[in-house]
Amino acid sequence: MDSFWIAALVLAVVALSYQMGLSRSRQVAMSAGTTAGTRLHSRPQYHGASVALWSVVPLLFVLLLWLLLGNTVSRWFVLPMLPAEIVDQGGTALNTAMQRVRSISSGFGVAGVPADYEIAAAARLGQVEFFLRTGALALGAMFAAAGFYLARNRISPRFHARNEIERVIQLLLVICSLVAILTTLGIVLSLAFETLRFFTFVHPLDFFFGLTWNRRYAVTGDEVTGSYGMLPLLWGTLMVAGIAMFVAIPVGLMTAIYLSQYAPPRVRSFVKPIVEILAGIPTIVYGFFALVTVGPFLSSLASGLGFSINTTSALTAGLVMGIMIIPFISSLSDDIIRQVPRAMREGSLGLGATKSETIRKVVLPAALPGIVGAILLAVSRAIGETMIVLLAAGNSPVLRFDPTEPTSTITVTIVAQMFGDSDFAAPQSLVAFALGLTLFVITLLLNVVALQIVRRYREQYE
Amino acid sequence: MSATDTEARGAELLAQSQRRQERVRRSLRRRHASELAFWLLGLAASMVALVFVAVLFGNILSQGLPAFQQVKYYGEVHFDPDVVNIDERPVRQAGQSAADYQAELRGWQRQLAMANWNALIVESVRRDAALPEADDRAIISIIDSGARFVLRDMVEADPSLIGQRVQVELLGSANADNFVKGKLSRDLPDERHQLSRPARDLIDALVEESTMSLAFAWHLFTNVDSRSAPASAGLAGAFMGSLYMMLVVIVLAVPIGVASAIYLEEFAPKNRFTDLIEVNINNLAAVPSIVFGLLGAAVFINYFRMPLSAPLVGGLVLTLMTLPTVIIATRSSLRAVPPSLRQAALGIGASKTQTVFHHVLPVTFPGILTASILGVAQALGETAPLLLIGMNAFVANIPATPLDQSAALPVQIYLWQGNENRNFFEARTFATIIVLLGLMISLNALAIYLRGRLDKRTAR
Repeated sequence: MDSFWIAALVLAVVALSYQMGLSRSRQVAMSAGTTAGTRLHSRPQYHGASVALWSVVPLLFVLLLWLLLGNTVSRWFVLPMLPAEIVDQGGTALNTAMQRVRSISSGFGVAGVPADYEIAAAARLGQVEFFLRTGALALGAMFAAAGFYLARNRISPRFHARNEIERVIQLLLVICSLVAILTTLGIVLSLAFETLRFFTFVHPLDFFFGLTWNRRYAVTGDEVTGSYGMLPLLWGTLMVAGIAMFVAIPVGLMTAIYLSQYAPPRVRSFVKPIVEILAGIPTIVYGFFALVTVGPFLSSLASGLGFSINTTSALTAGLVMGIMIIPFISSLSDDIIRQVPRAMREGSLGLGATKSETIRKVVLPAALPGIVGAILLAVSRAIGETMIVLLAAGNSPVLRFDPTEPTSTITVTIVAQMFGDSDFAAPQSLVAFALGLTLFVITLLLNVVALQIVRRYREQYE
Repeated sequence: MSATDTEARGAELLAQSQRRQERVRRSLRRRHASELAFWLLGLAASMVALVFVAVLFGNILSQGLPAFQQVKYYGEVHFDPDVVNIDERPVRQAGQSAADYQAELRGWQRQLAMANWNALIVESVRRDAALPEADDRAIISIIDSGARFVLRDMVEADPSLIGQRVQVELLGSANADNFVKGKLSRDLPDERHQLSRPARDLIDALVEESTMSLAFAWHLFTNVDSRSAPASAGLAGAFMGSLYMMLVVIVLAVPIGVASAIYLEEFAPKNRFTDLIEVNINNLAAVPSIVFGLLGAAVFINYFRMPLSAPLVGGLVLTLMTLPTVIIATRSSLRAVPPSLRQAALGIGASKTQTVFHHVLPVTFPGILTASILGVAQALGETAPLLLIGMNAFVANIPATPLDQSAALPVQIYLWQGNENRNFFEARTFATIIVLLGLMISLNALAIYLRGRLDKRTAR
């Protein structure tokens, strides 16, 4: 309820100061409007907004301080009232004691009869909090009033309120666009930092070139058990992605060619959106489909033909991932094929080449760089895919070359190592960050190269 | 040159041209055959893609739809005061502290919980099935183990029920549901069957007189997840969790994304710094989602000590993930605004900011709206990053605030697919998938509809 009233207060301050700024500027304009050449520089709304800003920002500043420091201050006042042995104990005992004091002070009460010192402490806490709240509100009101007074007195025909507001808007826009940079920075820094911590447990060479992955969980704290060799995971990742591309490239590319070169417009407008539905389906759905339907189907198909495929295997995961990637390749290639200049295609047709010869010998070679870029983007996506592999690949981090056997990938292992385990000090969870960094670097390189190729391709024909 | 020579020459020329024609014809035939083959290949590829879509959706629908119906027991329960032997519900006394009242109330609730609710169910089923000799254990095994809590909650809400006979609707157990739907074979020998023979006979008897029948499973949408009573497990908690996350994404990703797109497209000077932001955003869009999960775990959970499994944290992670999508889409719709519009506004004396906010932005509104909805839909289906910030925890509550523990729809799919009772939960997982896809499809349809409407309006 408290926060509700404070929000209401802030809103009221905004509304009131805006309105008063507005009317004040109108007043100024009226009195100045009679003499020619002294009309207001900015419209009254800008003056209103300026006054509102000058009043509400100091108020918010004070409230923020109160929010951040209030608890610490009140705790500092209450601590001396608690028995020394509880304070010395610290940790949970102290927190429980503070919680009891808070419950009594808020009027909710505690079960049983509270101790004398608790009642005294609660009374003190109530006083301190009341004082802090009143103080914060009074100080905030003073600041707001001062800001309001200053801003209101600045209103004059020559005051450039609009420019001020526009500078504030610009500043907000810049701050927003920094969020994206901060995200990247956060990713790189957190991954790098935790990876370095991981490398204090395991030597980087053992990590990057180790052939065995053996996750044994240490029972106590941070002793290193098991071996963290990344190569089986990297191989699993590449194998699954490879199978996926083996499915997706032919189907996706031929679909793109058919839809852009052969299909009548009606067929195209019907087939293209349907194929693109595949891109919007959440990957967990594909994963479950692979686990429940595709895996058993492949397995029984294989046993009918006299060999065996595990229900959860690299093949199952790769196949379903390939289905997921088809629309990715087909719509990107479709765009790229359509960018090939008409003149090239018509020239070839005019010389007597058949349609398929034109496509194979003229259109595709011209579009090749773009298509390669599209494929690289798709590969980076396949490498970063988690849920399909988590459900359908069997999670067995062993170096195997047979795609019909279970396997594991980098992404799956990240999930497996971080699962419900928030102990950030142990190598078991730190290794997830090292794997994440590897994944990030691989996909980043693929993306940079792919985007470069696609961009150069676009420039070539523009 | 003699006549025969000329004749021979003529014949030779004729043969030559015939041979050439033959060669051309053969080559044409070959080329047309390969043309046909290429066309067929393209057609086949498109068909394969279509078949994949059809198989995927056919599979999901055929397996998931039956789970929307579940076996229910309709009977009359007698709240026997001898069985439900409890005190009066405590009333808060004047001067009693809230904590003391809570403690007393909890004592009363404990008393309620101790009552033998199963005995009421057994009595009711035995009476309805007209099988007075039916075995207690058989009866309990065909009614969902959450049923006793349903009865308890009824009494807790209205203690005057004690002593009355009330018509109730109770869920059948997961095994009973499987049996009625024919998913448990009737031919299995008794020792391998999940339901005992008396229980199976009981179900048959109850179904015969239609005290037990299939009905629409509303509880799938109103109940929370449950481990002890699988048949009554529902999606309400996951649904609220997803809703909170989507709210966070809408409140944060859309304004921040649109603002940074406006800055980059309209205001930013062309220099190395803005180039850096540009490259950075393009790459961020292609970073695997799981890396965002790692970021969330390291920064939000480990550094800022935010709570695990909270929709707020999930929403923040998804916000960072959708941000590039929103930025890129907004930029492309800003780029599509003809420069003449800007020049006209600038020409009559509008400032740069006024031009953008009063003239350019309103035109791009449909595009931005579509981009935002699509971004939200994408975030709705994302699972992997949520697993890393602890949203895979089992939560049996509807989160009251975005800071409470909660599941989410895609994570619920992940949790249910791992349930040991595969026979029952497989269909249920597919049903969850239908709900999730239904939500995503409606969001996309909304985007298309709004786009069409708004485009028409701005064109007018």
